[in-house]
Amino acid sequence: MFSFDLLLDAVVLGVLLGCFYAAVSLGLSVAFGLLDVPHVAHPAFLVLASYAVYVLNEHYGIDPLLAGLLITPFLFVLGLAAYRLYYETFEKRGSDAGVRGIAFFFGIAFIIEVLIILQFGVDQRSVTATYIGKAWRIGDMRIPFRLLVAFAVAAGLTILLALYLSKTFMGRAIRAVAQDQEALRLMGANPIRIKQWAFGIATAVLGISGALLIIVAPVDPTLDRAYIGRTFCVVVMAGLGSMTGTLVAAIILGVAESIVLTLFGASWAPAISFAMLLGVLAVRPQGLFGRRS
Amino acid sequence: MKRRGIFFWIGAIVFLVAIALMTKLIGNEYPFFAGYVILQFIVLAVAWSILGGHAGYVNFGTSAFFGMGVYTAVFLFKVAGAPLLVQIAAAAAVGALMGFLLGLLTLRMQGIFFSIATIALTIVIETSITNWRYVGGAAGIQLLRPPVTWPFSGYVQMLFFVQAALVVLAVAISRYIQNSWIGRGLQALRDDELAAECTGVPTLRLKVLACVISGALMCAAGAPAAMYLQYADPSSAFNLNYSVSVLAMSLIGGTAHWAGPIVGAILLGSTQQLLTVTISSEINVLVLGVMLVLFVVAAPEGLIGLLRRIRRKEGKS
Repeated sequence: MFSFDLLLDAVVLGVLLGCFYAAVSLGLSVAFGLLDVPHVAHPAFLVLASYAVYVLNEHYGIDPLLAGLLITPFLFVLGLAAYRLYYETFEKRGSDAGVRGIAFFFGIAFIIEVLIILQFGVDQRSVTATYIGKAWRIGDMRIPFRLLVAFAVAAGLTILLALYLSKTFMGRAIRAVAQDQEALRLMGANPIRIKQWAFGIATAVLGISGALLIIVAPVDPTLDRAYIGRTFCVVVMAGLGSMTGTLVAAIILGVAESIVLTLFGASWAPAISFAMLLGVLAVRPQGLFGRRS
Repeated sequence: MKRRGIFFWIGAIVFLVAIALMTKLIGNEYPFFAGYVILQFIVLAVAWSILGGHAGYVNFGTSAFFGMGVYTAVFLFKVAGAPLLVQIAAAAAVGALMGFLLGLLTLRMQGIFFSIATIALTIVIETSITNWRYVGGAAGIQLLRPPVTWPFSGYVQMLFFVQAALVVLAVAISRYIQNSWIGRGLQALRDDELAAECTGVPTLRLKVLACVISGALMCAAGAPAAMYLQYADPSSAFNLNYSVSVLAMSLIGGTAHWAGPIVGAILLGSTQQLLTVTISSEINVLVLGVMLVLFVVAAPEGLIGLLRRIRRKEGKS
């Protein structure tokens, strides 16, 4: 039952899958990792973006990736608004943002989930594009094109965001606000506006992430529950706020899921991300590339 | 304080007698079906508040405890045909053990990390049960209710009464904790864990104790659900909706007083029952989300907090 070929297959697919996981976790890495916002609704926004891509693809025949790009500005504005609301109701009042913050985002996630169900029903939805359904053969190995596309776009997106955070003025400001908000205030900058901008970026990235989500597999309204585990696992394992760490952690998760899937079957797969998350939290809470000691 | 205690126990006895009379007088089974769910949510919300309200540790694993209660009952019933009370007692023991382990987790995790860990725990346990063929696996398991024992006229009535007794137990424990040194210690560590530890509050022991009590009550509340539905499957027993509903009930009622979660559970529980029957279960989840967001934003201390604020204003003017 155990064969080397099978394992190699699983590892290659796992790496591709991992890059995809990185792409869907990047936004959370900024929102939770850098800004400390307990953004449990991140996967719900992700699924929402997927449905927007689905609508554009189904009714106007727009390529899913292009559609993802088209909805990006709208998501950016949505992110700005969401952070503003969060700031006004929690961070400004100060105390107890953690408890009620999570409850708040869970509420939002539930609302999004139900609105999608009411509009589209509970059936799975998928998109059509020329690269979906075909595969690339190397010997006995069969690599679906959709995963390759996801891999390439995800890698590009990660590099782009990492460059943005380290090279541009605004990106450095975002990292500065994550390190010491008070210092920024003393230097005459407005940390809230920078955080709002960062949250906008974190949500805008979901346009492409959502497109990838629906390219890789069909999407249904309650898919966000599975991705709470995956995205938080990746972000915590990466060490809060590290973009390259996010990529590495996501690849580790992808390979682990893929191997377990091959060896034990699909019914064990949902537990992998959460079990790894528990392990990381218990053993190394600062993550692999942690910014805090 | 003592006189209040007497009033509380008289109230509890009157409540139980009224429930017992109801099971005798009302012939229709439906009120018990609906009422059972509300009673179950009262127990869950009160149990949740012991850890979440006093200590400020937000447990999103309510469904893990509830589901383990259900499956402890299923397992015992399948192995030995154990009677209901044995199922509940065993579930409480399992819940206490789980609570103990969860309490140890608080050593390393606080705030949102604790909450995420409890979600993770839920999914890991759910997946393990899904892969356990003996208790039905992913497809679920059918259960046949044993014949009902005297003095009850039907099994649902008996479950209704048992759950009402659990409510009294849970509320009594929660009330005791609030008025004793345990509650004060927990509140101290919620406000500042380090300061509490420095001034001699045994924080770890208190946290573990709160987790054990809360876990045991949640599991016990889940145990009768197996016989109530005569069916159990992992995805509904461990549904995330339980966790979020219970959280919403506690926050809506307010966690500053032991009565808060009860008010929240009755309010939200009966609204949900009504909506499920009259419209659909999707609307039900939508209302849950909207109410959660509304209360967290507009009334962060819950209904109890609103009431106190109004009273204070009246006192001033």
